[in-house]
Amino acid sequence: MAKKLDIRRFPGFLPVTYLCLFLLYAPLIIVMIYSFNDSNSITNWGGLSLRWYVDVFWGVESEKFKTAAMNSLLIAVAAAITSTSIATMAATAMLRAGKFRGKSIGFALINLPLMVPEIVTAVALLIFFSMIGFTTGYLTILLAHIVFCIPFAYLPIAARMQSIEEVYEQAALDLYASRLDAFRLILLPLMTPGIISGFLLAFIISLDDFIITNFVKGAGIETLPTAIFGAVKQGIKPNIMAISTLLLLVSVVFVTLSYLVGRMGQNKK
Amino acid sequence: MTDVAVDISNVTKMYGSFTALKDVSLAIQDNEFFTLLGPSGCGKTTLLRTIAGFEDITKGAIRLYGDNIADLPPNKRPVNTVFQQYALFPHMNVTDNVKFGLLRLGQDEATASARVGEVLELVQLTQFADRLPSQLSGGQQQRVALARALAPNPKVLLLDEPLSALDLKLRQAVRLELQQIQHETGITFIFVTHDQEEALTMSDRIAVIADGRLQQVGSAREIYEAPSNKFVADFIGETNLIDVTVTDISNGNATCTLPSGATFTCPAADGAQKGAGHLSVRPERVAMTKPAKSLLQGKASRQIYLGTDMHVEVTLDDQEVVTVRVQNSETTHIPSIGETVGLNFEAGAARLLVD
Repeated sequence: MAKKLDIRRFPGFLPVTYLCLFLLYAPLIIVMIYSFNDSNSITNWGGLSLRWYVDVFWGVESEKFKTAAMNSLLIAVAAAITSTSIATMAATAMLRAGKFRGKSIGFALINLPLMVPEIVTAVALLIFFSMIGFTTGYLTILLAHIVFCIPFAYLPIAARMQSIEEVYEQAALDLYASRLDAFRLILLPLMTPGIISGFLLAFIISLDDFIITNFVKGAGIETLPTAIFGAVKQGIKPNIMAISTLLLLVSVVFVTLSYLVGRMGQNKK
Repeated sequence: MTDVAVDISNVTKMYGSFTALKDVSLAIQDNEFFTLLGPSGCGKTTLLRTIAGFEDITKGAIRLYGDNIADLPPNKRPVNTVFQQYALFPHMNVTDNVKFGLLRLGQDEATASARVGEVLELVQLTQFADRLPSQLSGGQQQRVALARALAPNPKVLLLDEPLSALDLKLRQAVRLELQQIQHETGITFIFVTHDQEEALTMSDRIAVIADGRLQQVGSAREIYEAPSNKFVADFIGETNLIDVTVTDISNGNATCTLPSGATFTCPAADGAQKGAGHLSVRPERVAMTKPAKSLLQGKASRQIYLGTDMHVEVTLDDQEVVTVRVQNSETTHIPSIGETVGLNFEAGAARLLVD
């Protein structure tokens, strides 16, 4: 009986699975393979080579990409640190303050940016910044990134905090700890896996962002995604595939780390 | 007055419109092993948490050796708690868990470490000092929780069903150990449980709580042998509640008419009244005899095998069922189903209850 109900036995299960996996990953795999192409063409295979990777680091456009990558990195680190701090405080308020007026509205407000179409946020931010007279530049990119990273940092942090029973903090208070000590010595260490996970997620979301960045960045300032887009507009060269592959690698490493850290924390419990 | 450790006076606790505790007054003596006993949801844990400071009270006062502590936060009350799930800090080893409270009290590292050594010895966990809680068995975790709560030398130790997660054998061993530790330390223990056997074996005094109200306070013997009302008689141990008509009460004795029509005189609980009432008779105090010479008559309707003993259920003529506990031995006559038997009990074995 149980075997017949197994989803793997449903008709068409395997073909559908393979089709989905193919649609998801075929383009990525093709880009990865062609990044090692020794040809100037992006479609014809000319043998295996690392020349486009060399081109990315030492070629004519390398300076442009290096600056963009550095911008991306600095903004991602700053945005991730800030949004993780804000998300940690938000989660503490949402999950440890008991019931308070506006709690569900607060929850909605924290998570709404996940649902708002990115283009709307982008346009809104651009209009907002110009209305208050901010010149677009590093600061506007950073502020925008902090804002849209908060819900991504919030989710793993809140999930982690939800799994920590309040009795630990009560035990700390019972053992004469001040509220601050109970947070600092008990809740914070127990939440660390969630916080790291949230940080990594926020970092990668910031690093990968294109639409919002493209709207709020000032003239002449590029992050890696906008630099790639700029280069592509002038025709796709194989070096774009090499950069994309590198970016993909960084993303995969960070998302995996985020997942592993989150899981490690759960095992310890 | 100083020999009262915790004085709870007229404490009422409301959650919205739900009353968790109704006008509870209780004086717990210094150096006493005091148990709050009741079914789940009766308010016993709420009462404990109001003493610890995790719940504030709606009305009344809680005094600790004369000082009103009702408005103090938990970290300002010189009481410590052993939590039901132990709540050991999972990221700290045994030593750091036990040391936590001492350091928060401002003790220096050396003094605190010496004290940790002392209490770990008391609970026999010295060799586990460097382990994390997850590397300990349930019984060991329970002892760490106890050591952690004892380390700051609290005036009163609160224990919230600390044995409920242990298996039976271990629970029985830990009971004796807890009693021993209470004797050695001289700290007042307030112990919460729903397990009446636990309460009877460990406590100096027991408070039975139901529906947020105090039902009876007394020693184990008092509440078992002289329950004041129907709830206490029924909740503590097993008992037969026999419908009677009370014709007279004088000098603490009640004269009543049994279902069989026989007249019987026995002690009455304070506040028992004339009219319809209930007699409580423990199954082990009922004897089976020949019908002719007995107080009650009926037919044996069921036998329940309990190992050392046996329960025989006797259905009276008015369909009431009385349980008789008899020892399992070759010499005792166990009536077969349907056999007519007589039931007898002495005046001292029965008690008229407040309904």
